[in-house]
Amino acid sequence: MLKQPTTKQLVMWAGAVGDYNPIHYDKDFAQRRGLSGVIVHGQLVGAFLGQLMTDWIGGEGILRKLSCSYKGMNYPGEAITCRGKVTRKYVEDGQHYVDCSLWVENPRGEKTASGMAVVILPFRLPSGDSGG
Amino acid sequence: MAEGSLDIDVLKTKLGVEWEPRSYPIESEMVRRFTRAVGDPSPRWQEGNITPPTFVLAIGFEQFVDDLMSLAAFGTVLMGGTELEFYQPVKLGDVITVVFKISSLRERQGKMGKTVFMTFDSTYKSQEQELVARCRQMVIGY
Repeated sequence: MLKQPTTKQLVMWAGAVGDYNPIHYDKDFAQRRGLSGVIVHGQLVGAFLGQLMTDWIGGEGILRKLSCSYKGMNYPGEAITCRGKVTRKYVEDGQHYVDCSLWVENPRGEKTASGMAVVILPFRLPSGDSGG
Repeated sequence: MAEGSLDIDVLKTKLGVEWEPRSYPIESEMVRRFTRAVGDPSPRWQEGNITPPTFVLAIGFEQFVDDLMSLAAFGTVLMGGTELEFYQPVKLGDVITVVFKISSLRERQGKMGKTVFMTFDSTYKSQEQELVARCRQMVIGY
């Protein structure tokens, strides 16, 4: 899943969750802290991975866990790719669980975030990846 | 702006202590702003009354930041990571009560001065007192 956050999108996210950290909208503030410009909110990247999962599992699946570690800065204007792959399928308490590993790549192929998700699907998943 | 040491004595007194519970009614416009900000056009969030799982990140976060900044005057705050567990979907019309707690706190002297690594645990309960989600956030402040 490709995302290209804009500075406008960072403003929308700031308003939607109430995160008014100037590092995401004030370029002078960001540069004084050694960054080349404002950075994307880590949690917005987490929300992108959430969308990757909910798009994949559809209406019948249940997302049980989502975790994300923000390893590198993402800058607005850069296209980032959110990817995932299935790492484990198992049955527990009669439910079909699938574990996924997730990551986000910047245009230079660097992983700026990585994480995992656990989902419950209503059916047994055939072999294959979730892709990106 | 590194003159004077960052005072985290008050912050430390809150380690392990649950902060004041705060309740938020979940309204469609709040959800719309969230899905629009993420760029998630799925009709599932427009047509029904359920919200995307990561929507809990928007519930009570602004107040959490205000509360945190009243405990320590960080010049910069960065998010290190987020872990979420979802038990029930949050629905339009729910009133979600959020409680935050500092579950770990570690300080280090770095080139930016005193740097504090914190873990916050938050719980989200519905009006029926059902636990709908848990969140753990790693936050770095200096």
